[in-house]
Amino acid sequence: MSWWKPADVGFAVRSHLANLGYGAKLFMRLLGPGAQIMRRFSLVRDQIHFLGNYSLAIIGVSGLFVGFVLGLQMYYALQRYGSSEALGLLVTLSLVRELGPVVAALLFTGRAGTSLTAEIGLMKADEQLSAMEMMAVDPVQRILAPRFWAGVITMPLLAAVFSAVGIMGGYVVGVLMLGVDPGAFWGQMQGGVDVWRDVGNGVIKSIVFGFTVTFIALLQGYAAQPTPEGVSRATTRTVVTASLAVLGLDFLLTAMMFSI
Amino acid sequence: MPEKAPGFFIEMDPATPPQPFAEFRDVTFGYGTRTILDGVSFTVPRGKVTALMGASGGGKTTVLRLIGGQQRAQRGEVLFDGQDVGKFDNAALYLARRRMGMLFQSGALFTDMTVFDNVAFPLREHTQLSEALVRDVVLMKLDAVGLRGARDLMPSEVSGGMARRVALARAIALDPDLVMYDEPFAGLDPISLGTAARLIRQLNDTLGLTSIIVSHDLEETFRIADHVIILANGSIAAQGTPAEVRESVDPLVHQFVNALPDGPVRFHYPGVSIEDDFGNVEGGRS
Repeated sequence: MSWWKPADVGFAVRSHLANLGYGAKLFMRLLGPGAQIMRRFSLVRDQIHFLGNYSLAIIGVSGLFVGFVLGLQMYYALQRYGSSEALGLLVTLSLVRELGPVVAALLFTGRAGTSLTAEIGLMKADEQLSAMEMMAVDPVQRILAPRFWAGVITMPLLAAVFSAVGIMGGYVVGVLMLGVDPGAFWGQMQGGVDVWRDVGNGVIKSIVFGFTVTFIALLQGYAAQPTPEGVSRATTRTVVTASLAVLGLDFLLTAMMFSI
Repeated sequence: MPEKAPGFFIEMDPATPPQPFAEFRDVTFGYGTRTILDGVSFTVPRGKVTALMGASGGGKTTVLRLIGGQQRAQRGEVLFDGQDVGKFDNAALYLARRRMGMLFQSGALFTDMTVFDNVAFPLREHTQLSEALVRDVVLMKLDAVGLRGARDLMPSEVSGGMARRVALARAIALDPDLVMYDEPFAGLDPISLGTAARLIRQLNDTLGLTSIIVSHDLEETFRIADHVIILANGSIAAQGTPAEVRESVDPLVHQFVNALPDGPVRFHYPGVSIEDDFGNVEGGRS
């Protein structure tokens, strides 16, 4: 096969290393102005509004349906062993530890990540970023960094909303429709969920996902070819790369958190 | 007002001619294996309107990018007010850019901001002016381009010609010393075109600027330019006053100035011969 030629392999390795270096440099530039950005918090606040508020509908509705389904599935499994009172605990642990951060991150990728990539890519194609550079304003600090920090802040909040609405969905199905005792539903949840080990794990995951998804979306937009085709490819890459990264990181984080 | 980069002030002797504002000394630049500029040298006179002309893909926009430090020369020096742009670190480059304004072909207005906020953007980023003062400066700049009344419109609500005038107001918001125009006349109707040309000349003279125009519009550009540079095949084909360039006997300049379809710049893109594609007409199709 022709792609086994050493020169091609070398070229591919060099290209990937160069891309990796480009990404790492951009990541450091985004982290660098953290303190500076907080002094101009209005830029971050506007982006939190855009990324967070406008994602609330999809996060809320998805959380509700996931909660419904969890309520049904868990009830089906638990009632075989006569343990349907544990429904609240199981639904909550599933959502807080796992499904809340992961599904919210995947939805955030589709709703906000794609819009970030397309926005930055189109700004580049329209020479807006070049114009900013020529006005002696660094686009990484002025445009990318506020979006990055807004994504990092927004992601855990959206995951929390997802989990809370999901628990309500589980309650509706389990208690109101299937007749699980409400006292047992809330009591088992209260007794079995640990704030630090369970809720804390979910919060850490969602923060890591916030960094990952927002960074990938911004990197793809900033590195996009400034053409319609380039922006569309970058948007697709954002969804594919960020989704796989979320699922891969979720496994790593879960393994690490179970081991400590 | 923006700070000036250290070392940019030059002691002027009235007896000596003013130093050129920008200068290319034996500059070579290319993308990949393709050479765009090959040992190019020219000067941009201070206080004048200089037009950069030539065939598409000839490196005119690259010249602007080299002066603005968005690209670095592979060989030679690009001088901005006597300082080599290639040797600037990031801080010095950003200080130098505060003394430049650039008008992009598309206008490059920020689409999520109103016309007012677009013009206010550089003021809010680089100065500590109060909002009341920012308002006054922005309205003055918009008034200079005839768009004071359009302050509340979004970029999507203005025409192409108006967008370029807004971009011009934004480019001069910080009172730059050098304004670079990339295709300021492209796609404009005759009224907008005449307005844009008049504005460029007026602003240059009244604000004491140095202007560089990259344009294909011969008539309008020759009418307002003091100095014309024709770039072709990576080097300077002609330079001088518009009248001198018009009189040039260089075949390439003659073709360009008279808008002839064929000449040194070929009409047909290089490829296989017509016989190879269509066969020998006299002997029938092969």
